Amino acid sequence: MPALPVPRPRRMSPLARREARWGLLFLSPWVVGFVAFIAVPMIATLVFTFTNLKLTQTDPLRFVGLDNYAKLISDPQTWDSLRITLTFAALQLPIAVLVPFAVALMLNSRSLRGSDLFRVLWFLPYVVPFVAGVLIWQSMLNPDSGWLDQLLEAVGVTNPPNWLNDPGFIFPGLLFIGIWGIGGGIIVNLAGLKGIPSELYDAAAIDGAGWLGSLRHVTIPLMSPVFLYVIVLGIVDVLQYFLVPLVLNNGTGEPGGQTLFYNLQIYKTFFTYQDMSYGATLAWLLFAVTLVISLVVFRASRRWVYYAAER
Amino acid sequence: MVRLDQPTATPARAEPAPSGSRLPRRPRLRRRTAANAGRSFTLTFIGVVLLAAFLSPLARSVLVSIKSPDQVSQASSPVWPADPKVIDYQGQSLTVYAVPLDGGERDLALLTKGRASSTFVDPQDLAAPPITWVGSWRSLTPVWTFAPQLSNYTDVWDQVNFPRLLLNTILIALISMLGVLVSCTLVAYAFARFRFPGRNLVFMLVIATIFLPSAVTLIPTYTIFVKIGWVGTWLPLLVPAFFANAYDVFLLRQYLMTIPREMDEAAAIDGAGPFRTLVSVILPQAWPVIIAVGIFHFVYSWNDFLLPTIYLVGHEDLVPLSVGLAHLSGLHNAQNPGMIQAGTMLTILIPIAFFLLFQRMFVRGIVITGVEK
Repeated sequence: MPALPVPRPRRMSPLARREARWGLLFLSPWVVGFVAFIAVPMIATLVFTFTNLKLTQTDPLRFVGLDNYAKLISDPQTWDSLRITLTFAALQLPIAVLVPFAVALMLNSRSLRGSDLFRVLWFLPYVVPFVAGVLIWQSMLNPDSGWLDQLLEAVGVTNPPNWLNDPGFIFPGLLFIGIWGIGGGIIVNLAGLKGIPSELYDAAAIDGAGWLGSLRHVTIPLMSPVFLYVIVLGIVDVLQYFLVPLVLNNGTGEPGGQTLFYNLQIYKTFFTYQDMSYGATLAWLLFAVTLVISLVVFRASRRWVYYAAER
Repeated sequence: MVRLDQPTATPARAEPAPSGSRLPRRPRLRRRTAANAGRSFTLTFIGVVLLAAFLSPLARSVLVSIKSPDQVSQASSPVWPADPKVIDYQGQSLTVYAVPLDGGERDLALLTKGRASSTFVDPQDLAAPPITWVGSWRSLTPVWTFAPQLSNYTDVWDQVNFPRLLLNTILIALISMLGVLVSCTLVAYAFARFRFPGRNLVFMLVIATIFLPSAVTLIPTYTIFVKIGWVGTWLPLLVPAFFANAYDVFLLRQYLMTIPREMDEAAAIDGAGPFRTLVSVILPQAWPVIIAVGIFHFVYSWNDFLLPTIYLVGHEDLVPLSVGLAHLSGLHNAQNPGMIQAGTMLTILIPIAFFLLFQRMFVRGIVITGVEK
């Protein structure tokens, strides 16, 4: 009898089924959490965007179609806050990528004595709770008693900036405050640098490459996956940025409305204006923006990220 | 350390030192050339300068926290904590100033103040007749003595009910840490060791949740927590921790993948079930990452400001330190910077101590996430 091409049975062997059952059992905490705290709230938020939900509902709850989206498009405050967030992101991301890389290069250098101690101390501010970090930097950046402006005065700057109260200097001020968050980036970069095989540097040296040459042709290409990782997580983070201004000036947007970050706008819509449905619409726009930017970065990364192990 | 008042060389004392601690240092194989040494010195010097700048706000806050409010309000006061020097002269206390005299600057105590001229006494020689100096005493700089003081710390301690807030912070951090460790370890174990339909898809879903802004899920969650009466309790901060989160699952899974399977297979042949294998084979080998995740979460929880603010608003006795500190700064920022900085120091002390104690594992934990992505 000629063998008929039988499709492989979809049923799993009893052993495989048992393994799958155990796997799903161990997975279950995440599944429950995902459904309860992520999937259902996400869908609910999406539904909210088509309603007129308020925290304290006075009008009868009803579907309003695309009203919230129409409001979103015509609301100048939304686009202004999105512009503020994107501008800040454009300033902050290069720092979040380059500074930890530079520090990690230094910590990884064979010429640096006591690199273990250096590593611990460079990482230390990362564990400083952020409210405390903001207060420490607020004091540091004080135009009268802060060391930065005192230093600037000492080297001859006549009118050092009032970092946190001058609309023209608030972004640099916030960038200073953010510099204490580089610890994680330093460690990730350091791990990446340690993973580069030293033969590659030897080969580059034989080919006549100096420090700059091997940085350009060995270190940077091999570190590109780490850069991608730092960039993507950095984008997710910075697009949600608003806690520092919230602690600094209670979310008033001072100075001059320069700190009305997009996420601050969302939280104010929720908790100050108690407009749940519009806040939900704002939140979904933030999600969409995050996804689009991340996807663009992933797409573009094919051109510059080098995977040594790629087959 | 051998104490001198004890009988010498009891047998117990003669034990060899733990291996490794007394070995002679390995001689350097490569001789440093002068150029190398120069480069090494330059780089280390630059490193020290940059590090000093990086940590200077911390140093400044330590100093401010032990200064008196009087000193902080005086622009010309020194960087270190100090009080104006005063001496006791015939029952009254006089402030000492640096007075420029013909023979150079001398430290003299101001006896009578005058716009055109003032009289001073010499603190070294109180019996001598007062010295008259021509000029406005206001133009003189006082002499400062080193005087650190802890009153800012005691003030904060009382004002924000510090022991209570500290206890809140520790309890929230520890309970949610327990939840994170148990749930994330189970989930990571599922991904690292079991094949089930759609495993890769589910894992991608786990990672994808990192991209979800927390604002998207906040409102329904908040509304439900209001409805079931959890707002104003710690439950919204604690319960979600028991249902695993993407970062920690990822971290643990990456580590569990590196543990060889031979041991679990041996345990399985000996009749151990999957749960038994986890507890007696996997966990003993996964200590570094479990400690790393534990510290991560501890620091994260210690840091968390937004959720406690949202869920514990109006419950001053339940809030953690971060909220109490923000509150304190809102009340006192302008009046007493020393007190604010004392508050920040008290808040950062435990996370920093924790980090310094476990820094190796902590760093290792991040290395695992960073390399594998």
